[in-house]
Formats: sequence, structure tokens, C-alpha cells
Amino acid sequence: MAVADQKTEKLEGWNRPPLIEPDGEGELLEVAMGPHHPSTHGVFRMDVALDGERVIRLKPVFGYLHRNHEKLAEGMTYLASMPFTDRLDYMCPMTNNWAYAIAVEKLTGQEVPERAQYLRVILGELTRVVNHASAVGFLIQEMGASGTPLMYAFKEREKVLDLFEALTGARMMVNYMRFGGCRVDATAAWLDATRKVVAGLPKFVDEFESLLTGNEILMARTQGVGILRPELAVNAGVTGPMLRATGVNYDIRKVDHYGIYDRFNFRVPLGDHGDVYDRFMIRFLEIRESLKILEQALKDIPAGPVMDPKAKIRGFRPKPGEAYGRIEAPKGELGFYLISDGGPNPYRYRIRPPSLINLTILEDMCLGQNVADVVLIFGSVDIVLGEVDR
Amino acid sequence: MKTVEEIKAAIEAAVPDAGVEIVPNPSVSGQHSLRLQPSHAFQVAKFLRDDAELALDFLSNATGVDWPDKEISEKVKVTRTVTKTVDGVEQQVEETVEETKKRVAPGCLEAVYHLFSVAKGHGPVVIRMKTVNRTDQVELPSLTPLWRAAEFQEREIFDLFGIVFTGHPDLRRLLMWDEFKDHPMRRDYVEPDDFEYEPTPHDEVLVRAQAHKNREQGIGNRE
Repeated sequence: MAVADQKTEKLEGWNRPPLIEPDGEGELLEVAMGPHHPSTHGVFRMDVALDGERVIRLKPVFGYLHRNHEKLAEGMTYLASMPFTDRLDYMCPMTNNWAYAIAVEKLTGQEVPERAQYLRVILGELTRVVNHASAVGFLIQEMGASGTPLMYAFKEREKVLDLFEALTGARMMVNYMRFGGCRVDATAAWLDATRKVVAGLPKFVDEFESLLTGNEILMARTQGVGILRPELAVNAGVTGPMLRATGVNYDIRKVDHYGIYDRFNFRVPLGDHGDVYDRFMIRFLEIRESLKILEQALKDIPAGPVMDPKAKIRGFRPKPGEAYGRIEAPKGELGFYLISDGGPNPYRYRIRPPSLINLTILEDMCLGQNVADVVLIFGSVDIVLGEVDR
Repeated sequence: MKTVEEIKAAIEAAVPDAGVEIVPNPSVSGQHSLRLQPSHAFQVAKFLRDDAELALDFLSNATGVDWPDKEISEKVKVTRTVTKTVDGVEQQVEETVEETKKRVAPGCLEAVYHLFSVAKGHGPVVIRMKTVNRTDQVELPSLTPLWRAAEFQEREIFDLFGIVFTGHPDLRRLLMWDEFKDHPMRRDYVEPDDFEYEPTPHDEVLVRAQAHKNREQGIGNRE
């Protein structure tokens, strides 16, 4: 407790919630939730101190899946790291590829052909749809509805993964994007199949949303739980649906206009309370906006090459310098920071993982809540341990 | 958004003797950065966050970079007086010779921060700080009191690079376990020969332990 006390007193701008004093008598119960807890989505531990049911202290412990991806990437060529980015956030490999490609393109100034830009948007938004649908499925599972609702989400995910497999040869480890374009072109048949899948998605979203919005148990469990204030969210570097659920309008697709996002008509949904309920409603609304983008992109996609045939992929050496490229991944801002010394390998290769940084305020959201709600709050952050520990 | 030169001027107006340098970035990304002096870094960062026009309220990325000691070979022209026999007479002649001299440029550790503005929608402004060396003077001021986003990222830099952030409220290792000794992201990092070295009274393990001990003391064959 003493350490936490110093924190609140010494530092300005922390906006920590008031420290919670245990009431009543008896000792605090220290529980290690994890690393093999079913609700932690992987190997992750929370050291929780409980007073009865209330959380008095919570310390996240990382590193169980640490493999020092950054060091590995510094020992190989730029292109050789591309397949490894799939393994960061293995629910959304396409956006990981995209973020890395964007960072390298910033470093070298390569141009991306029109058709590849459209393909990137289509694949990125499909990824966002399946990620958000699965995240909601996991939430309902963590509230006790074991299995069935998650399988609804996975049924749609399966269709999208089939599309990925048809295009790239792999369901999850796609290794699809290249610096200055994409690896293979999509056939007309693939685009037709994608249109069919996208046309079927709104019905799924309607059905799935009716499970969530009207469900009395769900509302009782999630509304007013794990509230995050917008000032703290911005200060703590929280991004993605987590940030927008607090009402802060910050979507990198709108701010940076990377790729060709300025051509599409879509809106940025915002929350109001910043609680668990808002975070999941935001994900539903974002699925609907993604579907809008997908419809427009699938209608407008032009013919042409997906990559400049003269682009040098193998053995390419960017000029010395550095670049930070970022995109709006489904979980938040995914950035890559690269320093080149003119050699074939990056001198410094850094990943800015949204999952890790969104966990900064996990303790703040959980203090004073019931231990059963910790599972929900943690689930609403929507993390993947492959990205947290890298 | 302001250019780096304008930001530098604004900083110098607000924080006298801040000693901000512009580090040009030769790549096409055009993301030039500002090098802050560790002594004034906290005030400068506070100004960047609170200034109404810049309003860099969002620290996106914080990371470390290792710059090891570098041996530089330089060709230097040296003029010296040489005794030479010219036409049978000994003379003092001045001669200019090119010599290759080696010097060691001292290395350092660097912390790099990427700042954005959520309120104004601009960025990135890149700020960086250098430590004095890589061994004993590795302290830098922590920016966690200003941007909480740096909390875990500075812990990660401390863990993997070994920069000690003074003023960080909870500076512990983030990814490696607490008993771990070295800093794996440094470029001269050598993996230990046995991560799980722990002697137990089984014969096979004892043999392995002895081999480990020998290797540590430099006795016997190095495999």
C-alpha cells in the first residue's frame, strides 16, 4: 500500500482513483489470477489483493510469452520479419502486415498501386469485423454463457478466414503484404465470394446485437463497471475502441488518412460513459461502419497491378534514417518504429503494441470493483498476449 | 503543425538554456527529432504537453536505442621532420604522411518518444535523450509523471536496454523475470550458456554443473 500511496502523492497528472482502504477486519487475500486462468486469453497473470470481494490492488505481470521479436527482427532482413508480424496479434494478421509495410514505405518512400490500396482496405476491414465479433463473443463467454455465443461469432470468422486462405494460402499466418503492395492479386471469383460474405454480415450483426443490447443480465453486469475517464485515457495512451468508448474522437483512419481512407464515407462511433457496456457497443457500431467501407471498396476496386513490378523486394537497403508508421488496428494504434543504418537489416525495430499500452490503466479500472468484474473489465480491453509480450 | 525549427524556438522561449538540438532525419519520412538535455528534459516535455498551440497530450511510443562504442578509422595527415640523406648530405626534411588513426567514439543509450496531439490531431513530434555512457551513467529523467502511457514502456526500456529512469514510480523489469541480470536488447548481449542453471544432486546434472563452472572460470575446453 505504501508504494501506491507515494504514487498518488508524488506524481501530477496521474488521475488515479482514490485509494481504496479495506474496511472491516481481517487480512487481505492475495490471489494470483493466471498465468493459466481461463479468462486471461493466454498466459498472463494479475496479482490481485482482495478485501472480501473488492479489489484493493492489482498488478499485472507480463512476459510469459516473451520471445524478443524485436531482437530477432534486428538480425534478419526487412522482408524476413514480415511473416513474424503475423504472430503478434494472431487474431488480426492482416493489420499487422499493413502497419509494418506502412512503416517501411515511410522509410523508403515507395508508392503503393491503387488496387493494392483497395485490397489492403478490404482485408483490414474484414479483420476488424472478425476481431470485434470475436471480442464480443468472448465477453459473453466470460459472463458465463459458455460456448454458444462465441461460436456464433466464430461461424462468421470462419467464412472470413476461408477468404484469407483462398487469397493467401493460410488462414491466420497470412504473410500477405509487401513493401509497396501486396503479394498476390485477388481474382474476380475471390472478389465475388467476398461480396457474398459481406452481404451476409449485416444479418449476423443484427442477430448478434439482439443478444447483447436487450439482455438484462448483460446490462446489469456491464453498465457502470470499469469506468475509464477520457482525460486519463488520453494521458495513458489508450487507443482504439477503448479510447472512443470514453467519448474521445480519435481514429487514426480519420486523423492520418493513411492508405485511401479519405475516399470512403464512414463515421467514428463514440461512447459516452466509458464503461464495459460502451466498449462493446462501440465494437458493434464499428463493425457496421466497417461493413460500409467494405461495400464501397468492393464496388470501386479498380483493375491494375498490386505491386510495382520493378520494386526491389529482396536485398533492399533503405537509406539511413528512421520512420514511425502507424495504423488503426482493431485493438488500437499499432505502430512500427524503424531505424536504418543503410544495411540490409533494420538497426532498430520497435513495435508499439496497442494491447500492452491499453493495459496501463487496468488497475485504475479494477480498483474497488468486485473480483468477478475484473474478468469482464480485462476482457473488454481486448488483448492478445502474442502482442503484449512480443 | 509547427516545424521542428519553430518548436525549437518555442521551447527556447519558454525554457531558457534548454539546449535543444535538432537531429535531422535524412530519410523520406521527414520525421526530424529534437534532442533534449536530460537536465531540462522534464520542463521541456511539460511545456510540450501543456502549450496551447502544440498540446501534445498523447505519448504514443517510447523506446530505447543502443549505440555501442564504435571504432572509427580516420586518415589523418601528419607532418613530421625526418632526417634524410639527400645528395650525400644529411638534412632535416619536412614530410607529410597519411596515417590511419583509430579512435573509439564512446557509445550511449538513447530513449526516443513519439508525441501526438489528440486535441489538435497532429504529430508526431519526436524527442530523444542520450545517456552519458552505457555502463554506469545511464540515468535519464522519467516522463511517466507527465504521460502515464510511458509507465510500461519505460519499464520495458529499463528491462531490455538498462536505462534507469529517475522519477519513475515503479521501475521493475517488465518482460524478463526479476532475477535476470543482463539487458537483452543491447547489441553486445551474449546469451548465458544455461538459462536454467541450478545444481541438483543428480549425477548428470552435477556433471553439467561442473562443466558450467569450468566454462565460467575458463578451465578446460570451450565447446
